[in-house]
Amino acid sequence: MIGLIGKKIGMTQVFDSSGKVIPVTVIKAGPCKVITRMTKEKHNYDSVQLGFEEMKEKNMTKAMKGHFKKHNSPNYRYLKEFRLKLYKDIDEGEVFDVSMFIENEMLKITGTSKGRGFAGVMKRHGFHGFKASHGVHESYRGPGSIGQCATPSRVFKGKKLPGHMGVDKVSVKNLRVVKIDLEKNLVMVQGAIPGHRNSIVYLRKEL
Amino acid sequence: MDIIHEVGKEQLRTDLPEFGVGDTVKVHYKIVEGEKERIQIFQGIVLQKRGMQISKTFTVRKISNGIAVERIFPLHSPHIQKIEVVRFGRVRRAKLFYLRRVKGKAARVKEKRRY
Repeated sequence: MIGLIGKKIGMTQVFDSSGKVIPVTVIKAGPCKVITRMTKEKHNYDSVQLGFEEMKEKNMTKAMKGHFKKHNSPNYRYLKEFRLKLYKDIDEGEVFDVSMFIENEMLKITGTSKGRGFAGVMKRHGFHGFKASHGVHESYRGPGSIGQCATPSRVFKGKKLPGHMGVDKVSVKNLRVVKIDLEKNLVMVQGAIPGHRNSIVYLRKEL
Repeated sequence: MDIIHEVGKEQLRTDLPEFGVGDTVKVHYKIVEGEKERIQIFQGIVLQKRGMQISKTFTVRKISNGIAVERIFPLHSPHIQKIEVVRFGRVRRAKLFYLRRVKGKAARVKEKRRY
């Protein structure tokens, strides 16, 4: 199995064996049940659909209820498909939890970044803006010139301009697993991961 | 938030004495230099305590050969061998940053009498 669905709990720190402070992100991951299994023969690719966090039936849509009924499974709030590359002997109904990870293993974590709304070019693209003094007036955080004049008499496509920032799918690679708590289904990785607290993240083993 | 605090709970130090802002403390801190280990003692006034649970830190200020030195220690660090409270200070605020600007007589902290 290559991955799990998790929820970002937040950041804290721990001391390692040499007494150094390590910043860690705590993620509640799994247990995730295999709801459906796609196979090469039938679907032309290998993958599993995992379910995370059980849900009351009265809150479900009919389409979702039907899906879970078809696969004889309890209802889950979050579903995510994971492609299988190496290990393919997995069946429907199997349950995976954080015991699939090992300490010091590297993970790739995918999440949705925090929304920044309509952001200017300094925040969105790292432009330097203008000086705060020395005769600069009315334009401290602007983009400056965005092109030429009569030739080409248009703004080039892909020009970095203000606009919506955040709420993007962001992946971070090489996050080291610092600690695993099997009882509470927690994984601690060194460093920050995208998204706000309680946002859904996908943990993948780097294979 | 509670899960966050549960995480580092077994690393919390319970063996250290209670001390507050304004107290003069001796911090016995383990220093690792390559292969060798030694204990360094840092004595000074506690300027502030901040953070919570495992992330809690405290700042100690001392005057060393006429130069003020401040060090920030993680309170729950395993490198802290011992903390001795040398003197209890009577102070009326939580952060003693004003000590950075005052000199001489003004830079003293009154002693709190403990009966």
